[in-house]
Amino acid sequence: MTDLTWSPRPSWARLLRAEQVPLLVALLLICAYMAIATNGLFLTPGNVLNVLRASSIELIVALGMTVAMISGQIDLSVGSMLAVVGVGSVVAYNMTGSVLVAVLVGLLIGVLVGLVNGLIVTRLGVNALITTLGMMAVLRGIGYLSTNARAVQTEGDSLRVLGVGYVGPIPIPVIIALVVLVVVAILLNRTVLGRYLYAVGGNPEAARSAGLPVHRIAMVAFVVVAVTAAISGLVQAGRLDSFQPTIGVGFELNVIAAVILGGTRLSGGEGTVSGTLLGVLILGVLSNGLVLLDVNPFWQEVVRGTVIIIAVALDEMRKRRRQRRFQEAAELPVEDAATA
Amino acid sequence: MSETVLELAGIRKRYPGVVALDGVDLQVRAGEVTALLGENGAGKSTLIKIMAGVETADEGSYLVDGAPVRISSPRDARELGVAVVFQELNQVESMSVAENLFFGRLPRGPGGLVDRRELRARARDHLQAVGLDVDPGMRLGYLSVAERQLVEIAGALSQNARVIAMDEPTSALSHTEIETLFGLVDQLRDSGVGIVYVSHKLDELHRLADRITVLRDGRYVDTVRTSETDDAELIRLMVGRELTTQFPPRPEAAVADDRPAALEVVGLTTTAVHDVTFSVRAGEVVGFSGLMGSGRTELARAIFGLDRSTRGVVRVGGRAVRPGSPEAAVGAGIGYVPEDRKGAGLVLTGSIRANMTLAVMRLLSRLGFVDQARERAAVEAMIADLRVKAVDGDQRVATLSGGNQQKVTLGRWLLKDDLRVLLLDEPTRGIDVNAKAEIYRLVAAVAERGVAVVVFSSEMPEILGLCDRVHVMRGGHVVAEHGVGVTQEQLMESALGGTS
Repeated sequence: MTDLTWSPRPSWARLLRAEQVPLLVALLLICAYMAIATNGLFLTPGNVLNVLRASSIELIVALGMTVAMISGQIDLSVGSMLAVVGVGSVVAYNMTGSVLVAVLVGLLIGVLVGLVNGLIVTRLGVNALITTLGMMAVLRGIGYLSTNARAVQTEGDSLRVLGVGYVGPIPIPVIIALVVLVVVAILLNRTVLGRYLYAVGGNPEAARSAGLPVHRIAMVAFVVVAVTAAISGLVQAGRLDSFQPTIGVGFELNVIAAVILGGTRLSGGEGTVSGTLLGVLILGVLSNGLVLLDVNPFWQEVVRGTVIIIAVALDEMRKRRRQRRFQEAAELPVEDAATA
Repeated sequence: MSETVLELAGIRKRYPGVVALDGVDLQVRAGEVTALLGENGAGKSTLIKIMAGVETADEGSYLVDGAPVRISSPRDARELGVAVVFQELNQVESMSVAENLFFGRLPRGPGGLVDRRELRARARDHLQAVGLDVDPGMRLGYLSVAERQLVEIAGALSQNARVIAMDEPTSALSHTEIETLFGLVDQLRDSGVGIVYVSHKLDELHRLADRITVLRDGRYVDTVRTSETDDAELIRLMVGRELTTQFPPRPEAAVADDRPAALEVVGLTTTAVHDVTFSVRAGEVVGFSGLMGSGRTELARAIFGLDRSTRGVVRVGGRAVRPGSPEAAVGAGIGYVPEDRKGAGLVLTGSIRANMTLAVMRLLSRLGFVDQARERAAVEAMIADLRVKAVDGDQRVATLSGGNQQKVTLGRWLLKDDLRVLLLDEPTRGIDVNAKAEIYRLVAAVAERGVAVVVFSSEMPEILGLCDRVHVMRGGHVVAEHGVGVTQEQLMESALGGTS
């Protein structure tokens, strides 16, 4: 998990300067604490796999959300998307008995919703928060309507491979998450599109004045995050015998929290895959550990919220310190000298 | 002679790296209109800000009725009876006219609530005093700019202002609104208020001002009585400076007249630009001069497709460019360096490398994947070429000085092999003198490479030193074209228009 930023000249010095170091240290400390507090129960292979499997569903969407947030957008509809894709793919599977059809249906829903979100934001000029907040409600409603708010039973076993299968000792959801992680890392760090996503999020005006197709870039961001939500929905469908349309309520906030914890900025232009991975793992380890320690589950929510606020506050403090250093170096009189 | 109510003497104001005001004097007399005249950048706005208490002078004295006072906030100034109506009105659009008038001093009724009845009644009186007939309860946002200015003036009068300064008040007004404003200024003068009127419209000054104080490059030049001067003298006072030798020599007639035009703009029209036609040959540097708000920036944006044009064509190498699309403009070989470097030019969260290669990613990639080795080599070479002061291409652009940041935006287009036209809007704004000279050399070098360069600038020395031909804009129109050898005075005369 060290060189996921595809740092061009990986050296230990560079890695240590990276913003992820505090997160990595925090993760290790939390793991150490949990290992001691649970008398080693936390570190048993079974539990480690549990943490990874539980985290993978969030990680997949968090990676897509990272892409969207880097480009200055956000998608609140991912939780409802999980439900709609789950219901849709289970129904498709029950009708055809084919895992492939179920997967295709799920991905198709993802692409469509992403396109609709993107079109509303770029063509109608509605901001992403409002657009996807609306989409969140619309999709949730569709989930209930299509099932009469009842659970959908999965008829047959082959779809469950996606959720509970293994390749060797590794759970399939973990493998899917790793594949998504590598694809997103390559997208962000190696491709032209990745550069454009960072530029559009960092300063849309500057992106336009460099001649970038800012609308098309935003469309891509929405499709990417929606597709990752669809993938998560498929994995979730595979984990359950009966799929409830209430699944994924509040999921979007957990995902966004993990992404922010990982150092991606709400304002766009900054964010890394490695940071998001660490953010998801920290929250995943915390909630697993608290369960093992038999802490009242409602405390988990409190802890999660507190961790996020502290993390962002620390990050802001560091940013402000750095900004002061810049200001001393650069000259300022731009406004007054020129407009006087 | 009327008494001096407000006097600023020996005012100095430094910003890091720049002296904005260097020993400026200004006297305001009761019952007189004193005009403040100067080019963009002469220091008028800074002086007004000091007068208003928004900025504090580093040196110099601020005298009210001959007694020195300390002004360290807008509140101090207002309490002494000095009010300033800024170009950017300082109002809350979502609140009512009356609430804006009495902002921060709303009449209180029982229980600490606002006394609405009292508020309306008093607001109505004050609005009447400036001849504004609107309902005091109306949302301020519904008023026109002219009406909002009147509200601001009414607010100043309601606080017994003895000096009212107006910063280019007519720049956004229609003809009849201007007449109303002039009427009000006359009325205020007759009632004994001292007026400071900032403008570079000479005809307005002839109409209104009793005396004119001229600033140039942050220095006090002279104060003349309007009745004893003419446009020629005013222009000479405004621009009478030596041209410095920081400009690279332009090749004498190197650009033969028979070369085909690289950029042709025909009848280009947007909401802010009217029917502009011109052409630039490969290797030529053509300037667009004009005062603030003359439409220079808007013309650059229209050519690049950032603003949608309603009429007209832009052709590069004889081929029409799809309008309204910066992407198409770049595809046709146009590069654009915007006026607001930090706000619109650079991605400040990104590295030098990411910023420099943003427009040329297609050339530095294969199948959508960035060719990192080639990219790195190209950027490092460009950093060396342009002498950008940076550790390497991975350094964040936010950490660079203004001059080095501008080199990065220039480098972005120099990396483009098929660059045919380069639009530069205020290329040296906020850049120190040495870096300016370097930018000028780079611009000349780009032209030598056979690129058609268009410079949009409010700095006349820059236009004169850099360009082979100059167009002057006023009110969105091109009003004059000058060749080599044009003087600052001639440029200023075209830019001002006015009575001459």
